[in-house]
Amino acid sequence: MGLLDDFMVRALLAGLCVAAATGPLGCFVVWRRMAYFGDATAHAAILGVALALAFSISIFIGTLGVALAMALAIAALTGRGWAVDTTLGVLAHSALAFGLVAVSFLPNVRVDLSAFLFGDILAVSRHDLAVIAGGSALVVGLMVWRWSALLTATVSEDLAHAAGLRPARERLVLTLALAVVVAVALKVVGALLIAAMLIVPAAAARNFARSPEAMAVWAVAIGALSIWAGLRASLIWDTPAGPSIVSVAAVAFALSLSLGALMRLR
Amino acid sequence: MPDLPGPGVSAALITARGLAVAFGGGPVLRDVDLEVRAGEIVTIVGPNGAGKTILLRALLGILPPARGRVTRRAGLRVGYVPQRLHIDAALPMPVRRFLSLPRRQGAAVQARVLERVGVPGIEGQPMTTLSGGQFQRVLLARALLAEPELLVMDEPTQGLDQPGTAAFYRLIAAVRAELGCGVLSVSHDLNVVMSASDRVICVNGHICCEGTPQAVLDAPEYRKLFGLGTGGALALYRHHHDHAHDHGGVAEPAALEPERVRDREVG
Ligand SMILES: Nc1ncnc2c1ncn2[C@@H]1O[C@H](COP(=O)(O)OP(=O)(O)OP(=O)(O)O)[C@@H](O)[C@H]1O
Ligand SMILES: [Mg+2]
Repeated sequence: MGLLDDFMVRALLAGLCVAAATGPLGCFVVWRRMAYFGDATAHAAILGVALALAFSISIFIGTLGVALAMALAIAALTGRGWAVDTTLGVLAHSALAFGLVAVSFLPNVRVDLSAFLFGDILAVSRHDLAVIAGGSALVVGLMVWRWSALLTATVSEDLAHAAGLRPARERLVLTLALAVVVAVALKVVGALLIAAMLIVPAAAARNFARSPEAMAVWAVAIGALSIWAGLRASLIWDTPAGPSIVSVAAVAFALSLSLGALMRLR
Repeated sequence: MPDLPGPGVSAALITARGLAVAFGGGPVLRDVDLEVRAGEIVTIVGPNGAGKTILLRALLGILPPARGRVTRRAGLRVGYVPQRLHIDAALPMPVRRFLSLPRRQGAAVQARVLERVGVPGIEGQPMTTLSGGQFQRVLLARALLAEPELLVMDEPTQGLDQPGTAAFYRLIAAVRAELGCGVLSVSHDLNVVMSASDRVICVNGHICCEGTPQAVLDAPEYRKLFGLGTGGALALYRHHHDHAHDHGGVAEPAALEPERVRDREVG
C-alpha cells in the first residue's frame, strides 16, 4: 500500500538511483577515455548472469563478481594506459559472446535474454530497488569521498604522486565503482547499454559545464531526465525501456551540442 | 666532494643512494647519489635524453628504482612542475580549479599567487586555452600553493619570454628566501643556471660531475658534454638582457641582477 506498490514509481526510483551513480562515474570514464573499459566490464555481466543461474546464486552477486573480475583483469592487463583500444575491444566483445554462449548451455532454464541485454526496469521489485539504491549510494559515496584525489590523478598521475596521493589506489576506486554500477544498472538499462548510460549523459554535460563538478552535476541531471522521459516513452509506445532511455540521452546530447554552441556565441 | 654538509647544516629533504632506473632493457640512469637540503638551489643539467626527467620522477617516487634507494623526509611537502602536462579537452578545467588540486585554495590566495608568477586575473580561463608560457606560469603557481618544503621543477622556464625567464629566477630566489625550501630543477639555460644555483649536477645516464657552478664549469666532463663554444648562445642571451632589464611580470625584488649574470658568464 505505499507509493512503492506502483511499479512505475519503483522503476523511476531505480532509474534515478542509477543516474546519480552513472553521472559522476561517467565523467571519469569520459575524462580518462575508459569507454571500452566500461563496455568490456558491462558485457562481462552476461557471463555473470549465466554463472548466477547455473549455480543458483543471486544475479546481483553473480554480475558483481564477474564484472569486478573483468575490471580488475583489464586494469592489470593495460596498466597505466587505459586507452589500449584493440585489447579492450577484443575483451569487450568476447566477454559478450562467451556470456551469450554460456547462457545457451544452461539446461532447463528458459532465460529471457532480452531482459538482461536491454534491461527490465518495469519489473524492478522492492528487493531490486533496495539493492539498486544501496549500490548507487555506495558509488556516489565513493565518488564524493575520493573526488579531489580522483580528479588530481585524472589530470596527472605524476602531479598526484608529488602531492602525496596514490594514483594506483584511485584507479582501483574507479574499477570497483564501475563493477558496482554494472551490477546495479543491469536491471535498468541492460548489459548492452550500461556503457552508454555512463558516456552519453557525461558527453552531453561537457557542452555546458565550465568545471569538473558542474559537469558531474549536469551529467546526473541529464541522466535523470533521460530515465524519466525514456520510461514515459516506453510506457506510451511499448518500446523496450533501456534503449528508450539511451535514445533520450542521445537526443539530449544532440541538443546540448547546439545549446553549447549558442552559449559560446554569447 | 666539495660540498659535504658541515655541522649545523640541515638534514637532507631527499636522498638517493646508488639509484638506477630501467625500462625493460638496461638502465637509462645508474649510480646516482644525490641529496637536496632545505634552502639549497640545486640544478640538474645534461643533454636531451640524459635521464634528467627520469631522475626527478624517481626521486618523487613516481618511478620505482631498479636498484638503490630513495629516501624522502617523512611527510615532505613537494611542489612539482612537470616537464609536460596534457589536459584532455573532455575535462573542463578552469585555472582556478586547477590551482585547487588537490587542496582547495581561497580566491584571494589564488589571485595573489597568479599575480606573483606574472599572470594576474586568469582564474576563469580554461587551462586548454592558455598559451605555453601562461600554462608554465600556472604550473608554477600551483606548485607554490603547496607551500613546498621542496620545489621540484622540470625545465620550468620552457616557453617563457626573456624578461619572464629573468623574472622567474628572481622569483625562485625570493621564494627560497621566504619559505626556506629546497629547490631542485632541471634546466637547459646553462648560463643562468651557473649564476642562480648553489650546486649544479651534470647528468648523462649517470652523474658526470657535480659541485659549485664554478667547479662544474671547470670540470673536464662538463666541457666535453657542452663544449667551450657557448659563445653564440651567450652573446644572444646578453644582447636580450641589455634591453630587457626589469620588465618581467613579476613583482619581486631583484635578487639577481643581469650584471651579475654577465660577470659569471665571463668569469
Ligand atoms: N617510459 C619510458 N619507457 C622507456 N624509455 C623511456 C621512458 N621514459 C624515458 N625513457 C628513456 O629514458 C631516457 C631518459 O629520458 P628523460 O626523459 O629522463 O630525458 P631528459 O634528460 O629529461 O631529456 P630532455 O632534456 O629531452 O627532457 C631516454 O633515452 C628515454 O628514451
Ligand atoms: Mg626531460
